[in-house]
Amino acid sequence: MYNFNFHSPNTIEEAINIYNGSEEPKFLAGGMTLLASMKQRLIAPSDLIDLRNIKDLSEISSKENHITIGSLCTHSEVSNNVIIKNKIKNLAKLANGIGDPAVRKMGTIGGSIANSDPAADWPAAILALKANIKTNNRIILNRDLFIGMFETSLEENEIITSIEIQVPDFFDYIKFPNPASRYAIVGVAIAKYDSNVIVTVSGASHKPFIADALSESLSKNFSSNIPLKTISLDELNEDIHASAEYRANLIDVLTKKIINNN
Amino acid sequence: MHEISIKITINEKNYEKSILPNTLLIDFLREELGLTGTHVGCDTSQCGACMVLHNNEALKACSILVAQLNNQEITTIEHLQKDNKLHPMQNAFRNNHGLQCGFCTPGMIMSAISLINENNSPTEEEIRKHLEGNLCRCTGYQNIVKSIEEGAKDMREKG
Ligand SMILES: Cc1cc2nc3c(=O)[nH]c(=O)nc-3n(C[C@H](O)[C@H](O)[C@H](O)COP(=O)(O)OP(=O)(O)OC[C@H]3O[C@@H](n4cnc5c(N)ncnc54)[C@H](O)[C@@H]3O)c2cc1C
Ligand code: FES
Ligand code: FES
Repeated sequence: MYNFNFHSPNTIEEAINIYNGSEEPKFLAGGMTLLASMKQRLIAPSDLIDLRNIKDLSEISSKENHITIGSLCTHSEVSNNVIIKNKIKNLAKLANGIGDPAVRKMGTIGGSIANSDPAADWPAAILALKANIKTNNRIILNRDLFIGMFETSLEENEIITSIEIQVPDFFDYIKFPNPASRYAIVGVAIAKYDSNVIVTVSGASHKPFIADALSESLSKNFSSNIPLKTISLDELNEDIHASAEYRANLIDVLTKKIINNN
Repeated sequence: MHEISIKITINEKNYEKSILPNTLLIDFLREELGLTGTHVGCDTSQCGACMVLHNNEALKACSILVAQLNNQEITTIEHLQKDNKLHPMQNAFRNNHGLQCGFCTPGMIMSAISLINENNSPTEEEIRKHLEGNLCRCTGYQNIVKSIEEGAKDMREKG
């Protein structure tokens, strides 16, 4: 790993000021992704700005039918949190399925969303739920955030502060994990508000996406009698783990599994 | 690049050191302090050989900077034995043939203690799920699970 300057600001303003005054800075949350890429010398930031000492970013709260999760909450904090368990229990289950216990102790929800790995679990869930991403200077609608592979609409010097989620009538997420990394080969999230259903998919394409035909069909009739193979194979990944056809089939299988478990 | 000054407590000893910001905890433990009980298996957060305790929970020392641990406390495998007596979890690994080459063992033991701190009577399934971040190339895990079951029982009895 190349060297860098290290900063641990106590406020968001301080963090942004340091960012703006540095050559090629990076924000650091749990480091589970960032430090790994620095060790491989894929990136070499001039400055690391540790966000973990900024206090208000690690809180989880609820108000009426919304919950707010601070961006610096770790996966294990989310999975053990009473509010999350009471309001959207399968979000706690999702957090508890990320990597392994040591990864969950360090990795954060904000880091996962900012990193926008197409195979990560949080982005698909955030896209399916009615969710807004709050940053230090604006509110971004979930659908406007994930624009490409490892690419979001965040500005470089923008910090995610929290994620606000409207509590759904139903939510679940199931993944078919890569047995080594636990990242999704394919993951499916389903969120339902009244009769309005959104189905999203992780792991299968260059970014998490909404499965339109499945969402439409489930909005009309929330049953496992779904139309099959609705996603064009051209849009799906093909790699050593799975062919595009296999992934298309997994999307249908996982969708039915969620409905049947319900 | 500027060195930074950090304070860190390792195995109940306080250190105040000037370090390069890119110093990983694992290198600090092994190279700077000579605590070579914590192993490096993969250096990529996969294998868990490098696990140490932080706030009673295991973390991977190959994937965290010392700079992120300023004013905090770490316990390594060297600090488990008390008065020349093995920790109950170490003893259980010995009794149950929970190791062969022993390379993964320090990490396995720290991971096991971390589990028991959170859940003092885990089921076999919970033990296996908890070990997702610990790889062993020798044992086939069977005796590791047995060791952790016995270690959990002894830790409960010894309070
Ligand atoms: C062995 C292993 C297994 C894993 N398995 C899974 C898995 O099964 N599923 C899964 O979803 N993920 C998995 N991950 C990834 C893990 O969830 C990471 O925690 C996550 O991708 C990054 O979060 P972090 O807090 O560590 O971020 P960091 O690594 O610190 O940062 C990642 C990026 O996000 C930026 N960033 C961080 N926080 C913010 C913020 N608040 N505002 C703006 N930018 C920010 C950083 O600048 C950096 O570019 C795994 C990781 C490892 C090492
Ligand atoms: S050496 Fe740290 S996880 Fe393998
Ligand atoms: S005993 Fe050899 S790797 Fe586990």
